[in-house]
Amino acid sequence: MFRFILGRLLQGLLVLLALYTITFFLAKAMPGEPFTTEKNVSETTKQYLRKLYGLEKPLWQQYIIYPSKIISAGDFGVSTSKGRPVNDIISQSFPVSLVLGLGALTFAIGIGVPIGIISAVRRNSWVDWSLMAVAMVGICVPAFTVGPLLQILVAANIPGLKVAGWGSPLDFLLPAFTLGLVSAAYLARLTRGGLLEILSQDFIRTAHSKGLSPTRVILKHALRGGLLPSVAYLGPAFAAMISGSFIVETIFQVPGMGQHFVNAAIARDEFLLMGVALFFGFLIILMNLASDILTGLLDPRVRIGKEAS
Amino acid sequence: MSAKNAQAGSSLWRDAWLRMGRNKAAMASLAVFTLMVFLCFVLAWFCKDPNAVTLTNKFAPPSGDHWMGTDALGRDLFSRILYGGQISILVGLVATAVSVCIGVSYGALSGFAGGRIDATMMRVVDTLLSIPFLVVVIVLQAVLSDWSSDTSSWIVTHWKWDKTFTDRLTNIVPLFFALGLFGWLTLARIVRAQVMSLKEREFVEAARALGYNRFRILVRHIIPNTLGPTVVYATLTVPGFIMYEATLSYLGLGVEAPNSSWGILIKEGANFMETHPGLLLIPGIFFSLTLFSLNFLGDGLRDALDVKASKD
Repeated sequence: MFRFILGRLLQGLLVLLALYTITFFLAKAMPGEPFTTEKNVSETTKQYLRKLYGLEKPLWQQYIIYPSKIISAGDFGVSTSKGRPVNDIISQSFPVSLVLGLGALTFAIGIGVPIGIISAVRRNSWVDWSLMAVAMVGICVPAFTVGPLLQILVAANIPGLKVAGWGSPLDFLLPAFTLGLVSAAYLARLTRGGLLEILSQDFIRTAHSKGLSPTRVILKHALRGGLLPSVAYLGPAFAAMISGSFIVETIFQVPGMGQHFVNAAIARDEFLLMGVALFFGFLIILMNLASDILTGLLDPRVRIGKEAS
Repeated sequence: MSAKNAQAGSSLWRDAWLRMGRNKAAMASLAVFTLMVFLCFVLAWFCKDPNAVTLTNKFAPPSGDHWMGTDALGRDLFSRILYGGQISILVGLVATAVSVCIGVSYGALSGFAGGRIDATMMRVVDTLLSIPFLVVVIVLQAVLSDWSSDTSSWIVTHWKWDKTFTDRLTNIVPLFFALGLFGWLTLARIVRAQVMSLKEREFVEAARALGYNRFRILVRHIIPNTLGPTVVYATLTVPGFIMYEATLSYLGLGVEAPNSSWGILIKEGANFMETHPGLLLIPGIFFSLTLFSLNFLGDGLRDALDVKASKD
């Protein structure tokens, strides 16, 4: 177990290095200058700014300096477009994204898993078909259609819910729901598929013939194995909910991390871009590992440490 | 020899076709998607100019002249949806084609080579799979879209191409690559797994005994047999790419004005949703209907071809 985790962490470092290399060179290839946003910056000021940010050094030195600063001092550099340390920006916006992501995760599991279970139990009935059709709608309707619709239909009519903004605890309900909807739909499909596979196995028939109640058979015996595909999906999906919520953040004006990433890509703010990208990458690796470990706990047959080919 | 092969191959696909014919949802989806392609790529040419601005006729309700009304600049919504659909569907299909080409060749080579080459190639895929896809696509798109405007002006001055057409083309070509370059990873794994098991089968041994070289065996005998899972996976990839395109366009990193895609139309519509919800709803319905049909079609194909892989 320990060796497995250690190995995966080492592999994670490799992934981070690859991610860093890709973002570094893409950021360098991005058009324009980082300081052109400010009006009429004189050539001397530009020279000074370039020197201040260490942008006048040769490329290979810059390539090495950034990660070594992160490792030695935890310093992600200074955002060229905002003039603030990237660490500040991340530490301010990450809690917001985390709350939003946790809310979305709750919605996704709370809606998706029960729908999947009901569908699997009532397989090939009208209930199953209509629930799966609803799940497909959830996958096919983009967040940027659902979000605005919720704003006009729900937020405008229920007192206490705001159309947009981030202040009171209630404000996170609609964005979290919007963000969790797609994952809920995928979870419903995965749970149904996973359960169906388990329900056709012999030990389920044994459990039934022992006289256990159907509810107990499903919840106690089948669900454990039936949830495996969902667990494998949830790790990366949760990381994506935390990091990939650009759209939802824009619609509901949530001050999370996603917007910084998009803005950095547009404003050619390379330190912010690399910092946020590395942070996202780190989260994704961590969540992947967590879902692998959870899979191992749920299913003893999955030998942790043996690479699945 | 070849005639016999063709016979055997066609019967597998005929079986699958018959099986799918009994799947009503899949057949209905096929019909819907065909209709959508017909609307966007044939009917669109007989429609009004999607960029003709008529400021005196803003937000017109549906009428005989404008079937679905007009938008904030008095442009005909129906023809904007059809022209937008061209781009959305084209991006989905071409990006899928790019990723299928890369994925199948990479996966087939990896599985066929085996040993250390295979291990290294798959480690590369694993690494790339852990990289946040949308993050890199956003950065890549920011880089490529600037090159594309340079390329466009270069082509217009040197090759004397039509400017509108060239702008349109160079605007969407980067999207094909930004999406396709990262979309092939899962497919490569699926194809590799197939090739690994196929290369141990008797017919490959027979081909080897006949003295065919390795390349011919791989291309003529093994890869065609991986077509089933590839088709299923590719069908399910198209709606994913259409969604990515819409997301990028919504963020302002994809298709740019005066071009339109469904993502752009939905974004524009969202600005006026309180007063004119149709501008958001109608493009949203077209978009979702297309994705809906493609997903059901993929599911139907998977059942018909009896493919177990590709969870997604």
